[in-house]
Amino acid sequence: MTAITHRLGSETLTAGRLPKATIPVAIAASAVLGYALAVLASGTANIGLAILFAFLVFLVTVEITTRVVEGARQAADRRAGNLIAGAFLLALVPLGSVTFEAVSNGLARFDLAFFTQSMRNVVGEGGGAVHAIYGTVYVTGMATVISVPIGLLTAIYLAEYGVRNRLSKAITFFVDVMTGVPSIVAGLFAYALMGLLLGPGARSGFEGSIALSVLMIPVVVRSCEELLRLVPNELREAAYALGVPKWLTIVRVVIPTAISGIISGVILAIARVIGETAPLLIAAGFTASLNNNLFANPMMTLPVFVYDSYAHPGTDVQVYWDRAWAGALTLILIVMILNLVGRLIARRFAPKTGR
Amino acid sequence: MSKRIETTDLNVYYSDFRAVEDVTITIQPRAITAFIGPSGCGKSTFLRTLNRMHEVIPGARVEGEVLLDGENLYGAGVDPVRVRRQVGMVFQRPNPFPTMSIRENVLAGIKLNFSRMPKGEQDDLVERSLRSANLWEEVKNRLGLPGSGLSGGQQQRRCIARAIAMAPAVLLMDEPCSALDPISTLAIEDLMSELKEKYTIVIVTHNMQQAARVSDTTAFFNIAGTGSPGRLIESGPTDKIFSTPDVQATEDYISGRFG
Repeated sequence: MTAITHRLGSETLTAGRLPKATIPVAIAASAVLGYALAVLASGTANIGLAILFAFLVFLVTVEITTRVVEGARQAADRRAGNLIAGAFLLALVPLGSVTFEAVSNGLARFDLAFFTQSMRNVVGEGGGAVHAIYGTVYVTGMATVISVPIGLLTAIYLAEYGVRNRLSKAITFFVDVMTGVPSIVAGLFAYALMGLLLGPGARSGFEGSIALSVLMIPVVVRSCEELLRLVPNELREAAYALGVPKWLTIVRVVIPTAISGIISGVILAIARVIGETAPLLIAAGFTASLNNNLFANPMMTLPVFVYDSYAHPGTDVQVYWDRAWAGALTLILIVMILNLVGRLIARRFAPKTGR
Repeated sequence: MSKRIETTDLNVYYSDFRAVEDVTITIQPRAITAFIGPSGCGKSTFLRTLNRMHEVIPGARVEGEVLLDGENLYGAGVDPVRVRRQVGMVFQRPNPFPTMSIRENVLAGIKLNFSRMPKGEQDDLVERSLRSANLWEEVKNRLGLPGSGLSGGQQQRRCIARAIAMAPAVLLMDEPCSALDPISTLAIEDLMSELKEKYTIVIVTHNMQQAARVSDTTAFFNIAGTGSPGRLIESGPTDKIFSTPDVQATEDYISGRFG
């Protein structure tokens, strides 16, 4: 009988540990070294190059020190963690950049006049986007009113009634196809549809809503279907066992259990379409005046306002561009407020906890 | 309000697969009937045919009859929803509704069906059901809370309270104690013994001692092998099944020689 040695060699339970300060020190050292390398390589202090070099230096230093002191497994763990952190920071760059640009450029015209005046009879300075803000709220609101019932009912059919039958397979397929429809096609569809119904050249806010619904419905269907499937079957069975009919089980047990997720899904779908420009340009058109009638005459929306101000400035270009940036900032803020409201509602309806 | 169940030559299918074959059994009112047998022998499937819950699974169907005090559950024009209002069910894992408070959970059968009931009567029903389920003293001060912090045994008793609030004639219990510790199990067994004064109780269990402790009648199910349907091997008074069964397989199973 020979003694069996452990497959991984070491019999000890302890391993070296790097001191806690290692990572901060490594970051600081890598930053200095990366900057120096960047200056050496390009001759100037290029910030992007410096960060790239610093990150590489940091990866290598942490890898070597951890491998020597703590062992290969810990080194692999640190390497993966560092790469993920790097990818996360990289993904934050565009977000930070967009927010910074929109705020710094948009604040110039982010004033009372911007929210109280339209562009009616405005040439050059002054004016505002109240017509576009109202238009965006009307058009997107109407699109939500159209899409949510259709999308939610479709999702209920897919998840509760037509589980894996032919019709639901066909619906799922076409919903997937619809997800890939380019937004301009949705705009042309709405334009052509209203052209057939009301005569050629008709443009209205409602037409824009139809175009947005085409884009929104598949998103609502997919997210609601997933959420309904997440509701445990035990809850449905519990309700059936109490003699609750299927439709009441869906309305009073399944949907309330999934409601917070459904609301988030709807908010995400709204955020997805609120910034659409191309279909609204075609279907809702553009105008300088406030239009409170969803069903007749062109209606301005924020994305179209931004596009129009930027692409067709008058003689005083900067004035138009300032308005465009303010419009972009407003749009970002609207989406952000929507998200916050959605979260609040979702929290309000979430399954209650407490002893 | 307790009712007798009789089945004759009951076959249960999942699409083409016959899961349970030719079960003929009489389940006495005001008594506890236990179904025992190895896993996959069709006892839960058979239990679910007694309140038409198996129909929830696509492709499941039944041949034969189930008589509830002489009325065929599978007769023409029988509404499964009405059947389930008479024949309540408690599941293996406690499944309270997470969006509702303890009180709303007990009233779920009434509230979900939009039945109107004066507040006083509701309070009365909640207290009566929770008292029957031996849970009242533990939760009476937090009826308005969701009760997600209740223990597994308390959750299960809450589900029993929910089932008896509907005043069913029969209570089906599908391994109600399999997820519970011995103390909660004891509490639920005591509860079953009290409830049998009013209800017909059918329980599926893998715990032979439990069947011996609480049931009046025991039915043994078995399968010949994987892919063949489950059959009722024998049923009779619990004392007899556990001491001198007629069939060798029953004795082998009970004495632990297989299964």
